[in-house]
Amino acid sequence: MSEISIEVENLGKKYSIAPQARYQRVSELLQNSLKRVLHRSVCRAKPSESKRSVSNGAFWALSDVSFDVKEGEILGIIGRNGAGKSTLLKILSRITEPTSGRFGLRGRVSSLLEVGTGFHPELTGRENIFLNGAVLGMTRREISRKFDEIVSFAVVEDFLDTRVKYYSNGMHVRLGFSVAAHLDPEILIVDEVLAVGDGAFQRKCLGKMKDVTSCGRTVLFVSHNMGAIQRLCTSALLLEKGCIAKHGDTQSVVDTYIDAIVPTGGFDSIEQQVNDLPGDPLFELIDVRIEQCKKQSLYISNGNPTDLIVKFRILEQVKGLRIWFDVYDPSDTLIFRSFHDDLDSIPSVMNPGDYLVTGTIPSNVFGPVGYRIQLHAGLVGGRHCMPPVSMALQVTNDSSIGQVYPHTKFAGRVMSPMQWRPVQNI
Amino acid sequence: MSGSLPLSTCNSFLDRCFVSTCPNTLDSPPSGETAAHSNKGAQATLPMRYYEGRSRFRIVDVAELWRYRETIWILGLRDLKVRYRQTLIGVAWAILQPLTMMLVFATLFHLMGHMPIVGAVPYAVVAFCGLLGWQLFSTTVTGCSNSLVTNRNMITKIYFPRLALPLSTIVVGIVDLLFAMLVLVGLMAWYGIFPSWHIVTLPLFIALAALTSLAVGIWLSALNAIYRDVGFVVPFLIQVGFFLSPVVYETASVIPKQWQPLYALNPMVGVLEGFRWALLGKSMPPWEMMGVSFTILLAILIGGLIYFRHTERSFADRI
Repeated sequence: MSEISIEVENLGKKYSIAPQARYQRVSELLQNSLKRVLHRSVCRAKPSESKRSVSNGAFWALSDVSFDVKEGEILGIIGRNGAGKSTLLKILSRITEPTSGRFGLRGRVSSLLEVGTGFHPELTGRENIFLNGAVLGMTRREISRKFDEIVSFAVVEDFLDTRVKYYSNGMHVRLGFSVAAHLDPEILIVDEVLAVGDGAFQRKCLGKMKDVTSCGRTVLFVSHNMGAIQRLCTSALLLEKGCIAKHGDTQSVVDTYIDAIVPTGGFDSIEQQVNDLPGDPLFELIDVRIEQCKKQSLYISNGNPTDLIVKFRILEQVKGLRIWFDVYDPSDTLIFRSFHDDLDSIPSVMNPGDYLVTGTIPSNVFGPVGYRIQLHAGLVGGRHCMPPVSMALQVTNDSSIGQVYPHTKFAGRVMSPMQWRPVQNI
Repeated sequence: MSGSLPLSTCNSFLDRCFVSTCPNTLDSPPSGETAAHSNKGAQATLPMRYYEGRSRFRIVDVAELWRYRETIWILGLRDLKVRYRQTLIGVAWAILQPLTMMLVFATLFHLMGHMPIVGAVPYAVVAFCGLLGWQLFSTTVTGCSNSLVTNRNMITKIYFPRLALPLSTIVVGIVDLLFAMLVLVGLMAWYGIFPSWHIVTLPLFIALAALTSLAVGIWLSALNAIYRDVGFVVPFLIQVGFFLSPVVYETASVIPKQWQPLYALNPMVGVLEGFRWALLGKSMPPWEMMGVSFTILLAILIGGLIYFRHTERSFADRI
């Protein structure tokens, strides 16, 4: 079990970004090869410490990447766009060669960098299953054996003998994923392919991925969907500008990534803001956190309720202290304000001591945009007890609203609270 | 579309091939590193295989190509099916083209009053024989030279030996050849020509024709991935080659004896003359001519494989 399945040593990939490099003319080719001969000794240098320097039209998409993956491990690879994730996968799946370093693979490798690669529009679904399977490395016997499974997973039974060019987008994608999901290699390399299809199919794919990965296969998995990474991966690797920023257990790597990508909106960290608060004779804020599923994060999904938790200390008995949140949308419009005693019937009286209050914003409220939340505390009809504490909240969409057409652009300021009854025949 | 015509039998045969019963079904997986390379063949501990860039001179990994033979076959079948899908007369095109050419040239030479052939075999058969070989060449070279570029999305997304793409184009050429061969058989029967024992060498010459086409095609496919000029070169090359090869004439009747070895620098010369020798029982083409042709063929083939191998590693980045 502890056998190493993928071994990566000092991998580097240089791309030439000089405009003429793509299609050289013969004259330039001669000139360059002459230059190369002259400078051969000099050019053999390894990527410099200034990692991603774009010098001489060269650009290191990956530099000095080393890591091992154990057998049966599911490694999530995360990072911003352009961090080198896809380049790494392309090298490991042998689509392109590294400029420096080397890597070792134990066993068969299948890579799934795109759904339905090699589908030919003029061929029927049935033919494409065989074509795609063969190109992905399955034998015809293997495909025949899994054929029914593939078809029923993709739900295309009725269209098997229809040419793929007449397929809807969704069918195309479902069939592509289905073929790929039935691959049986020792090492599986998957890039962001789960971000396809409608919500229901995405969940089905995730389930399938979970099955695939549970039989001791080594998997490399790139995704921007932190939820999927957390659910599937046993460890994670964070790439930043072509280098490994962090490699370790999934949770801590994902947290590092989230902290790095969530725009603070120009605000200091919550801790910093709380520390910097001026003193108040009555009230002291100890902590404020935003949690989802018992996990603190400013990077939330709207499919789950979000808890806003405030810990504070009362220094003297006080009547009518109110704590409230203001929620602003991206255009800085106040969407709603909610007081901690909104549901109480009488004004509160608090004695000295430490308190905790939790407010919950139900699921399906936030849209998939950025919000700003401000915490206030003050006395009824009186003064504010502290300057507001601001937090920038980034929301991803996995709500149960609008699943039929998940790509519909979010409009409005919050998700619709409307209830609909099924369409009736009248 | 083609279903309404007798040729649909061919299509349904292909369908069956494609889907289930393929002559070379494998036991071992076509991809990755199989037990053949594993130490002691122990399945539980597969060997670690290392890959690095900038490796030195490499020759074609034949073992790997063999593991991917099913992929090559399926890619070839794909091209074949796509080629004649949504066409009215389907694979009949493979027969119509050489037949028309033969009629045109036969008429032309008839009007000129001189048939560029030697011996008693009628011009129609001699020309058709040459056109068959040439059709294999032109179809394959055209297919090969485009194979990498048209399958760009596969090259940038999946690993498989890149050579599989140009190699697979031979399937279309061979199938076209076999269909056209039926017409040749008809022609020969019509003129009452009975093949001699030479016929047993026909598969050899078909293989040589295929090899020549692939040798040229492999060069062009790799070049085309990087220099799109190839797209302009290929039609021109095929047109010029048509007249510089003994397609519609016979070498012996047109090319002076002393120039024949030079003429044979075109490897298709040896192939086409060999074709006629095998099929029509013509006299043996001179050895030196055949020798020159096949040496050149070998040189082109090996050079092409080396060049392909060399550029292969940057296909995904540059195509």
